[in-house]
This record gives sequence, C-alpha cells and structure tokens, in this order.
Amino acid sequence: MPHPLLSVEDVSKSYDGFKAITNLTFYLFEGELRTVIGPNGAGKSTFFDLITGRAKPDKGKLDFGTDPSKSHDLTELNEYEINRLGIGRKFQTPSVYTEHSVWDNLVLSLKGPRGVFASLFHRLNSTDRDRLDEILKTVRLDAKRDWKAGLLAHGEKQWLEIGMLLAQEPKVLLVDEPAAGMTDDETDRTGELLLSLAGKHSLIVIEHDMAFVKQIARNGQVTVLHQGTVLCEGKFDEVQSDPKVREVYLGRGKHGTR
Amino acid sequence: MSAATVRRVEWIAVAVIAFALIVLVPLLHANGVIGNFWISVFGKWLCYALLAISVDLLWGYTGLLSLGQALFFTLGGYMHGMYLMRMIGDLGQYKKPIPDFLVFLGWERLPAFWEPFSSFPFALTMVFLVPGIISYLFGFLAFRSRIKGVYFSILTQALTYAASIMFFRNNLLLGGNNGFTDFKFILGYKLNEPGTIRGLYIATAVTLLLVFLFCRWLSKTKFGLVQQAIRDGENRVLFSGYATAHFKLFIFVVAALIAAVGGALYTPQVGIINPGEMQADKSLEAVVWVAVGGRGTLLGPIVGAIGINGLKSWATTAYPDLWLIILGGLFILVVLFLPGGIVSIPARLKTLAQKLRAKPEAPAPAKP
Repeated sequence: MPHPLLSVEDVSKSYDGFKAITNLTFYLFEGELRTVIGPNGAGKSTFFDLITGRAKPDKGKLDFGTDPSKSHDLTELNEYEINRLGIGRKFQTPSVYTEHSVWDNLVLSLKGPRGVFASLFHRLNSTDRDRLDEILKTVRLDAKRDWKAGLLAHGEKQWLEIGMLLAQEPKVLLVDEPAAGMTDDETDRTGELLLSLAGKHSLIVIEHDMAFVKQIARNGQVTVLHQGTVLCEGKFDEVQSDPKVREVYLGRGKHGTR
Repeated sequence: MSAATVRRVEWIAVAVIAFALIVLVPLLHANGVIGNFWISVFGKWLCYALLAISVDLLWGYTGLLSLGQALFFTLGGYMHGMYLMRMIGDLGQYKKPIPDFLVFLGWERLPAFWEPFSSFPFALTMVFLVPGIISYLFGFLAFRSRIKGVYFSILTQALTYAASIMFFRNNLLLGGNNGFTDFKFILGYKLNEPGTIRGLYIATAVTLLLVFLFCRWLSKTKFGLVQQAIRDGENRVLFSGYATAHFKLFIFVVAALIAAVGGALYTPQVGIINPGEMQADKSLEAVVWVAVGGRGTLLGPIVGAIGINGLKSWATTAYPDLWLIILGGLFILVVLFLPGGIVSIPARLKTLAQKLRAKPEAPAPAKP
C-alpha cells in the first residue's frame, strides 16, 4: 500500500464550543478523485480550512507528502506556504479578481515565483503564454480573455477559478461545490473536466448535487461527513445504500417522502 | 477608440501637463507674469499632490485606507526642516549659533542629535530613513497581525494623532507647537530670491513627474496586478501562494516615502513646518482630495489635490466661514453622484453621448 499524499489523523477543531470537526481521520492517495458529501454543517468547509491553513486544528495531525521522511506538517504552515507546497483551493462562492481581465486573473495564478521583488520584474515568456492559452481553451473562456472577470456569468466565474487552480499546477486540488449555480450542461462539462484531471492531480471535491456526485464518483471513493467526522467511505453505490447515510443525509427517504 | 489610441491620448495629456508645470510656469515666473507668492503656492499644491498619490497607492490601488499619511509627509518636512534650521546659522532673533527655540528653552549648545543635520546629504537620507523605518515597523506589526479594513484606518489615524501630541511637546527639542520657521538658506542660496523659489518649484514639479511615472510603471507590473488583486479579493491572493502581508508592507513603505518627499519639498516653499501638519484632519483632507479627483487612478489624486487646494485658496478668502461646508458638500456629492471622481467625467460624458446618439426618435407610446 503506498503512503497517502495527504494524511489527516484524529483531527478536531471547535469554535467557541461548537465542535466543527471531531476526531476526523482521512487519507488521500496520489491521483485520486475523492468526493466529500455531507449535510449542511457537517464540517466540509472547515475540513478545507484546516488543510489550507486558514484554521489550525485543536489536536491531530495533518501531513502532506508521499514520502514519510520528507512530509510536511501542515499545522505549522500558513496559507501561502501550504499553497506553495502544491495545494490549491477553489472556494464555494467563485472568488476571482473582478477588476482584472480574465487573462490577468490567470497570469496571477500561473505557477512561478511569488515574492515581492520577483513580481516587480516578472515577464511572461512564450511557454507561459502557451500554457495560459491552453488553460483558456480548457475552461472555454478563450473568446473572453480580455473581459473583466466581474462581467462573467456565474458559471463562467466558476470555470475561471478552476482555470486559476490549473494554472497553479497544484498536486492537490480542493474544490468546494464547483457546480453551484451552473446549468445542467455546464455541470456535466465540469464533471468531465474534474475526471480528466484525476490521475495527474489528486482532487477532493465537496458537492451537494447528487447527480453530479454520481458522475464524478464513478471511479473513486466517496466520503460522507456527519457532525464533523467520517460517517462512512466507499463507492457511490455502497455509500448510497448504507443505512446510516440514508438516515443522516438522504434520510428523508426513510419517511417515504421520496 | 482602440486601446492604443487611448494610451496615446493619455501620454499626450501627461506630456502637455508636465510641460506646462515644469517649463511654462517657471518661464512665466521668470518673466514676472507669476509672482513669487503664487509660484510658491503652486509648489505647495504639487507637494500635496505627492501626498495624495501616496494615499491613493494605498487606498485606491491596494484597498488600504490609511488615515495617517500626513504623518510621513510631516516627518519628511521635519527632517528637511532640521537642515534648514541649521542653515540659519547665527542670523536668528537671538543671534546665537543654535536655533532660536533652543535658546528660548535655555540651551547653550546644540543637542547631539542635531549636529549631523548641518549636512544636506545627511538630512536628505533622514528624509527617507525616518518615515521609512516608522512605516516599516508599523506596517510590519499591522499586516502581520492581519489588521484590516476600518481597524487599519483607525490605527493609522491614532498613529498620526499620537505623533502630533509628541511633536507638540517642547522637550522633544523639535520646536514644539511652533515647529520650524524663519528659514534663510538652502544649499547656499537665499530662500527669498526668485531664482531659489523657482528652483524649488521646478524640483517639486520634476519630482511629481518622476513619482507619477514610477507609479504608472508599478501599476503595470505583476506587482501592480497583485496589489489590485489584494484590494478585490485578498483571500484568493493568499490562497494562490502570495504572502499578501509582504506586498502590503512594501507598498506601505513606498507610499510613506512618496509622502515624505512631498513633505521635504513643502517645508522650504511654505517656510514653516509644525505639528499642525500631522494632526488627524490633515490626513483626512488628503483622502478627500483623492476621492474627489478619482481614486484608483494616478491622475485623479493630482487633479484632486490641486483642484481642491485651488478652491480652498479662493473660498477661504471669498467665503471663509463656508469653506468646511463647501468641502464636506463636495465630498458627499462626489461619493453619491461621481464615485469615479473628476477624472471619470470624460468617460461618463462619452457614454452619455453614445447613449443619446444610439437612441433614435422614440416611437410615441401606443395609447391603451
């Protein structure tokens, strides 16, 4: 069994007495696409906050790296240091730089030096430009490259943010509700895009839309969070038929409303 | 109009204004059309324009509303003022080789920290070093603790307020509430001669042009992109691997240095520097200049600083009691009806003209 790329072991986090995450243990292996589902308040976003350094756990271990001797303790790093290790995050509400052009949004995300002085004398070379062109085609914003990002439709902003993640060339992509506010067609394409990234990258996708979960979880595992801890893990069908899951999450079925 | 044409028009506008300020005004002064008083007043406004640019670099470009930029302006003014005080020599009221206020406080000899200020290069270094170090320390602590938004604004205001109280004290040995005045010489030239006055004005105008070009360059670099991205979505920047605190600290220090240069040029042209210049309302006034001129642009703060101070010159003589009401009213009007400031007027007129042209004679509404 290979060593996991991301190990979250027995992690807890509470805010003012509210236990957002309780004794959570979770492993992500290289190249995996993991889908995380769970009812509102299950701790999904806090889970991402802990991995990306926005919040620090009260206890537990967060290690990153497939080589145990060289792994990084994420609890000791801050947001930008964690990002530089190769963990990229897409927020739930699309966060793009509204006053910048689509192109500049990607330029800012492109993998490369991040220091103040490097940014003063930074120039794009032709490899960079080709890479950005490629990303623009992937996220289908090629024709709108000069548009102000604030003028894009909601779904397009979601795609732009996914493009910004791709430009960072992260090892792990944390994607929070990518399909929110998208049409069925866009949702489907988003799913295909995420599936195509698995293998080269590792992904954790938080999602609510069950049709979408079914699409992206067709090869991988689904983790169900409930009250800040892992309720169960497995293939989509297994998870869906698990009585515990049905009770807490799809529980409405039990009462015959579906 | 294509982007290239717009850029050319912009450059022509900048060149025309720069020519008028750097060449035309001094020529008119040399020919006696503009008197010594007015060219010094123009020079003072250009110093205020530097202060306004400093505010805008933080507020308009980075989203950091500093309400304490006048502190750095005044510190720059004081550092240069110390040199100018030394150049009075023994020509003061008391005919002693040390500044008058020290004689008044009972000093016989110059305090040690005053000694090196007899050297212009030293004073010039201090013009940069003192505001630079203070802004660095303040920025380091504030940004490391992730102080943002209104809390940052309040702290900057508190900083300048505290500093003004300190500078009002006589035992700081920097002139107390009178500050420094009655300057006589700069670099061996008499300060009341037209040539010196003109030279100082030209130096100010050239500095303003260089600062403008520097800021323009900066805004077009990737640094400028990051800066504006911090304004519009700091979290996204942080989670993209940028240490936003370092970027904010860098621009905070740069802005302080620009304000300090403005202050250093202000002192000899106005002929006085005192703690009144770092009182809380001075920094607020600079924010109004930027808002009225147009924040997030480089021309806006210059237009705002010169425009409002021009208006102030006129209004405080014509309607002295109404000035603060005029200023407040102007601010409210701009915030409500012209959020882009004065510099956004041409673009607004253009869209308005396009709308009028695009609208054919509206068909008469059908009767129900």
